[in-house]
Amino acid sequence: MHCHPRDFDSLDRGLIDIYQRGLPVCTRPFLSVAERLGTSETEVIARLERLHSLDVLSRVGPVFDHARAGASLLAAVAVPEETRDAFAALINAAPGVNHNYAREGLAREQGYNLWFVMTAPDEPELEARLDALEAHLGVPILRLPMLEGYHIDLSFPIPWAELECT
Amino acid sequence: MSAATPLPLDAVCSLDEPAAHRRLRAVLEQGLPLTPRPWKSLAEQAGMAEEEVMACVRRWQADGMIKRLGLVVRHRRLGIEANAMVVWDVPDDRVNEVGRRLAQEAAVTLCYRRPRRLPDWPYNLFCMIHGARRERVLAELAAIAERLALGELEHRVLFSTHAYRQCGGRYVQEGVA
Repeated sequence: MHCHPRDFDSLDRGLIDIYQRGLPVCTRPFLSVAERLGTSETEVIARLERLHSLDVLSRVGPVFDHARAGASLLAAVAVPEETRDAFAALINAAPGVNHNYAREGLAREQGYNLWFVMTAPDEPELEARLDALEAHLGVPILRLPMLEGYHIDLSFPIPWAELECT
Repeated sequence: MSAATPLPLDAVCSLDEPAAHRRLRAVLEQGLPLTPRPWKSLAEQAGMAEEEVMACVRRWQADGMIKRLGLVVRHRRLGIEANAMVVWDVPDDRVNEVGRRLAQEAAVTLCYRRPRRLPDWPYNLFCMIHGARRERVLAELAAIAERLALGELEHRVLFSTHAYRQCGGRYVQEGVA
């Protein structure tokens, strides 16, 4: 279940549209945001708290570059659909897993249906975590490190108008 | 950007005490407290001065270790539920060019080159396209493929059907915070 766009007024949308990047690094960043959006620091903080309580806002903070902030890679396993939830729970219980999605659309012979990102402080620890998880799951883990990043920014415009129609 | 060797933490911050950097990284990964002086709160948690924390963050931004700073939004909660990972099998001599061009498309939010793992995995280029609905995402993809003349390239569209976990990176060793 998701929120409806009507739950978000122009101030909420302004925060989301403008401040997925570029939060100022100054002693009172929310005051600076408030001045730009024509409201008060208290109101900005209240709005952010509300977005957080609605689970729309994961956090306000930095997004680190995976390649430089530690070791990480995209991994996948092919598991039977009927036991997918159980495999996903085992993966989520492993240290360092920060995304874990079921995906469909591959040819049957490829069959990778659980995709997750494994992270670790460094490469040896990453390998160790993957080896341990692979042994625990009992299925081979496809390991796909990033070789080149052409565009590594998860901020993108929210299509409010399109969402209004759903 | 090349697949960079991780920089030693000491090299990217003026402080010379790695433990302080790790503490700061760990508290930063939790996000800023929603208070008027969030950097001050973080500084107290990391055992640093507010000014030092801000200087460190600015340095990490300048060095590219921090890609962006701001609201990290859960798009699914806003109704952006179609999330396609498109995987392409691009000849090695074209992959950088295709990757760069895909990355410039507004609808493409991530674009990476990754290794093939033959015979199991033939695809070497990955991009993400998000949208409210699958039809919209597929229409975007078709338009992109036409603009960039990618029709000949073998590719697959993997839509997510369930998010078991969606959260930010936690690179710092547990227990240091």
